[in-house]
Amino acid sequence: MGVLQAVRERERGLLGVEGSARHDRMPTSDILFAGLINGLMAGGIYVLVAVGLTLIYGVLHIINFAHGSLLMLAMYAVFLLWRKPLGLDPYAALPIVTAGAFAFGYVLYRGLIGHFSHGKDENILLITLGLSIVIDNAALFFFTGDTQTIDVAYAGRMISLGPALVALPKLVSFAAALLICLLLGLLMTRTDIGKAIRAVARERRGARLVGIDVERVMATSFGIGIACLGAAACLLMPTFYVSPSSGHAFVLIAFTIVALGGMGSFKGALLGGLLIGIVESIGGLWLGEQLGQIGIPLVFILILLLRPTGLFGAAR
Amino acid sequence: MTQWKVRRQAVTRRSFIAGSAAAGTLGFPAVLRAQARTVKVGLIHPVTGFVAYSGQQSRIGAAMAIEDANKAGGIKSMGGATLEGVLGDSQSRVEVGVSEVEKMNEAGVAAYIGCFQSPVGIAASQTAARYNTPFIIDVGASDLIVTRGLRNVFRLKPGFGKCVDDAVVALGEINRAADSPAKSAVLVHESGEFGTGTAKLLAGKLPSIGIEAKELIPHDNPTRNMDNVALRIRGIQPDILIMSNYVNEYTLLARTLHQQRVNLVGMFSVLGGGFNYRLARDLPDVAENMMDHNHWFNPKSSKAQDLKKRVEATGGLFTFEVYLTYNSVMLLADALERAGSADKDKLIEALTASTWSTDIVPYGPTRFVNGQNEGGRAVGLQVQKGDIMVVHPAEFASAAAVFPKPRYN
Repeated sequence: MGVLQAVRERERGLLGVEGSARHDRMPTSDILFAGLINGLMAGGIYVLVAVGLTLIYGVLHIINFAHGSLLMLAMYAVFLLWRKPLGLDPYAALPIVTAGAFAFGYVLYRGLIGHFSHGKDENILLITLGLSIVIDNAALFFFTGDTQTIDVAYAGRMISLGPALVALPKLVSFAAALLICLLLGLLMTRTDIGKAIRAVARERRGARLVGIDVERVMATSFGIGIACLGAAACLLMPTFYVSPSSGHAFVLIAFTIVALGGMGSFKGALLGGLLIGIVESIGGLWLGEQLGQIGIPLVFILILLLRPTGLFGAAR
Repeated sequence: MTQWKVRRQAVTRRSFIAGSAAAGTLGFPAVLRAQARTVKVGLIHPVTGFVAYSGQQSRIGAAMAIEDANKAGGIKSMGGATLEGVLGDSQSRVEVGVSEVEKMNEAGVAAYIGCFQSPVGIAASQTAARYNTPFIIDVGASDLIVTRGLRNVFRLKPGFGKCVDDAVVALGEINRAADSPAKSAVLVHESGEFGTGTAKLLAGKLPSIGIEAKELIPHDNPTRNMDNVALRIRGIQPDILIMSNYVNEYTLLARTLHQQRVNLVGMFSVLGGGFNYRLARDLPDVAENMMDHNHWFNPKSSKAQDLKKRVEATGGLFTFEVYLTYNSVMLLADALERAGSADKDKLIEALTASTWSTDIVPYGPTRFVNGQNEGGRAVGLQVQKGDIMVVHPAEFASAAAVFPKPRYN
């Protein structure tokens, strides 16, 4: 309480507000509950973005620097499908955009990343970095820097969860994010391709020796990671906007979640995403939107101090 | 940095972006060709980064102004010298803006125009002062820009101090006319120089019109989620909300408040970055009855209407960045005409003594005091039935204000 008071005193001093009463108030339990729900909803989207990133890291052993740019591209795809003459609702577009994103990711890996990396991880890193620059500038060329939004009738529909009011699209995106994570988990544990992905992630040379087409598995993993972005884009667009820089708003937090949950860990991305969403939300309520962001690096540092491999990361 | 000269055909938004994107991406070296009878003008705008749209809009305005000035015979006192734009991308970052100034100085520009973001404008114009080169701020709200005693800096538009003064007067009159339903306000602002400075000034002045500033809520750029801001506003229950932020956060906040059905007597902004025709067109339910105090064209001016049609014919929006940069180029052309030379001292003197006027914006003749044009003014605006109307002051108004706005069911 003392620290909080001091922060607020300092904020008041910095702002220099005179003659206007600022209302110092601790968030009530109702507001805290609503903040918790808001955090969970936001965390659902973070999970989807982070799951794709962690899958790509787990298999390819590189951080995909084009992740934010590819999310932005997927958001533009949703926007274009929604526009006339197609007029496709973002949720109806989810299977199309997700499948399209998978195909795009697969082809991107087979045709560009895998081809030019010559099997070296550091080359993949540089290629994705270059790809990010090209995609961002191409988006500026084709779409301009303008902020685009889509207006759907259900965007303003609210669901009451106790004292919290949640916009229907946020509840849908949260539920869909969990469902997609569940499906991904099943894919990884119950299917041959899932087993092949895990084998390549664990021991690339060994997987090759037992006859797994490693290049194909890596391209498939990259495709699945990008497909997660396609799904995230469909779930985001009813409440968010798209501009050439909008993907980057999510990617830094996704990197944090991946490291926090453990590099390459699905469970870690899921729990890390939800945890970061809640910390961001409650921190924002408690300390203000700006200072509240400090909670994310604090939790991150704390977990890495106590468990350097992240929540569910395995020591390599 | 890219050099670009407008000759006959209009340069479209795409061609600008193509040039700057290619330069930024591929690192093309600047093409430094000796041009006879040309005056180089450094145009520094954020055409990439988080405020890229605004920078691109400014470039459209600059392109049209250079095209118009050259078509009209160029600078006659300099033997019909034509203007040549030298393009710079600040990438929405201060240090890049400063490096563009250095590069353009090497390229031999006679003056600079830019930079949209106040921090970039402050640093870039400070660097230009080292070379005694005139710097016209086309967009940039902070009053710090013109209070540093730099003789090379000129701002045609009013800063946030004047805009806040005008906005408080407008809000006071509109509120009184409706029997003063607004008695309290929450201010949500971006945490940079523009948003913080504007909100701080507003909070100090609102009590003079009987409105208490209950809380100031700063946010970062970019912000991913405004749910908690909406939650706090709902908890505080102010009568009005006043916003000062850039386009993305402005749009996100307006949309979140609408989705969460936060009932307010009015939603008001000062220099609201997202208050434009796109908001009114794409999110009509969100935008309806939102009010802003901002730079705007004179709706009764045929020149402004012609310029608007030209911009819209290219598929663009006629936003304030377009005509503020257009006018800044025209102001420079007038100063060059009177100076009869691109000599920097003569140009600074010509700008200082400028009495240039245009009816594209509701300004009087220019009168620079410490670099600030005292003749500039912002106007009160409101979205009504999908269009943007001037609602204050009465002499330029195209509609009466709808205040208080209807409540949500």
